[in-house]
Amino acid sequence: MSQQEQLLNLNLKVWRQKNRKDSGHFEDYRLEGVSTDSSFLEMIDQLNEQLVAENKDPITFDHDCREGICGSCSMMINGQAHGPEKQTTTCQLHMRSFKNEDTVVIEPWRARAFPVMKDLMVDRSSFDKIIQSGGFISVNTGNAQDANAIPVSKENADLAMDAATCIGCGACVASCPNASAMLFTSAKISQLALLPQGRVEAEERVSSMVKTMDEEGFGNCTNHAECEASCPKGINLSNIARMNKEYIFSKIKGK
Amino acid sequence: MLAHNYFTSSIGKKQILALTGLGLLGFTVTHLAGNFFLFVGADAFNKYAYTLTSNPLIYVAEAGLIGMFLLHVVLALVLKTENHSARPVKYYNKTRTGRGETIASATMPITGVIILVFIILHLLNFKFGAHYTTNVAGTEMRDLYRVVIEYFANPLYVAWYCFAVCALGLHTSHGVQSVFQTWGFNHKSYTPHIKTAGVLYGLFVAIGFSSLAIFCHFQN
Repeated sequence: MSQQEQLLNLNLKVWRQKNRKDSGHFEDYRLEGVSTDSSFLEMIDQLNEQLVAENKDPITFDHDCREGICGSCSMMINGQAHGPEKQTTTCQLHMRSFKNEDTVVIEPWRARAFPVMKDLMVDRSSFDKIIQSGGFISVNTGNAQDANAIPVSKENADLAMDAATCIGCGACVASCPNASAMLFTSAKISQLALLPQGRVEAEERVSSMVKTMDEEGFGNCTNHAECEASCPKGINLSNIARMNKEYIFSKIKGK
Repeated sequence: MLAHNYFTSSIGKKQILALTGLGLLGFTVTHLAGNFFLFVGADAFNKYAYTLTSNPLIYVAEAGLIGMFLLHVVLALVLKTENHSARPVKYYNKTRTGRGETIASATMPITGVIILVFIILHLLNFKFGAHYTTNVAGTEMRDLYRVVIEYFANPLYVAWYCFAVCALGLHTSHGVQSVFQTWGFNHKSYTPHIKTAGVLYGLFVAIGFSSLAIFCHFQN
């Protein structure tokens, strides 16, 4: 790294909420000596150590792999989902993106379908319900097929793989002015609809997954593309267009 | 047969909103084209208006237009209400990424309300405005040209009209690209051109109608 490690002093404004019922509030913290080489989550770890030493309740936040592939970490950093860097999850965001004496505001995802459980942790099981309602293919298990037994065009394979990179973090919902889950749902629909194995149940799938999405209380897409802009995996808006097209065809056939 | 739950679903409502919007986009540009007769002169404009309104099919067209318009407004209100309640607790300092939302997309509800107010006043001022008569080539007809010229004599009305049609231009510039996206057409190489076409459409509408208002003001 050409950039030299520096130590930052930060003013943090963090959302604290005891439980689902608590109305919550912001609390201000002063954190000194944060390495620019540490990740954003490591910075919160450092703050939590400080809080524990002061005999205070540490900040609850979701995290797991810390290498940008699990989709657990989820926070609004200075009003942007996963912070200011393009296609970067919170765990992959490094403190070198901030300056000494910056004020950093940290909030949980905000959507009716994502109720806050504690501090920065939200309940994203509404995403699981969308997947359960159709985000799979029904096949008889057995020996794995030969790799090229079913021909798939290179173009569709690429598009399906692009859609499949969605890690389900919920940044699309968090950044959408309408708290819509259409980018997530459309990515999950696309990754299967583009492949012959998923085509079989494509019509029932889109109908069922959109129904669940609506029932979970997400908003409606109005084509702002804030989701695409803040998606850490760069999921494209064309997936939503594909879902819209799949949906009308499935409804014409009365599914 | 279209499944009944299509119309209550998020995508169904969006698609009907887009479809009615498309119809209104078509009307707007036809209306503008027709109004360009104002540039030709009083007789040409009055004759055009007379030909249009004396055709009995006009009632069918008007009914369709009102239907589309009301459906567009009602669906927009329903969607807006749902979207508002989808985020009960607002963000402390939500910032735009700068790579998504545009001024046009962010102001759709505001420009929509401006257009609604404008259209109501517009109908009261012109369609249901003063009724003068004139005689063009032996036919007695309404002198709509005079109503228009008299209205735009007031510079404040010209300013309000230009402001409202600019809102219309902004609204439609997002509308054009939205119709395609919502109806499932998003293409790597065509979509950027559709976005440009939307901006050009919006500019054409805003400049076209504004130029008519300014032209009419100076006819006094």
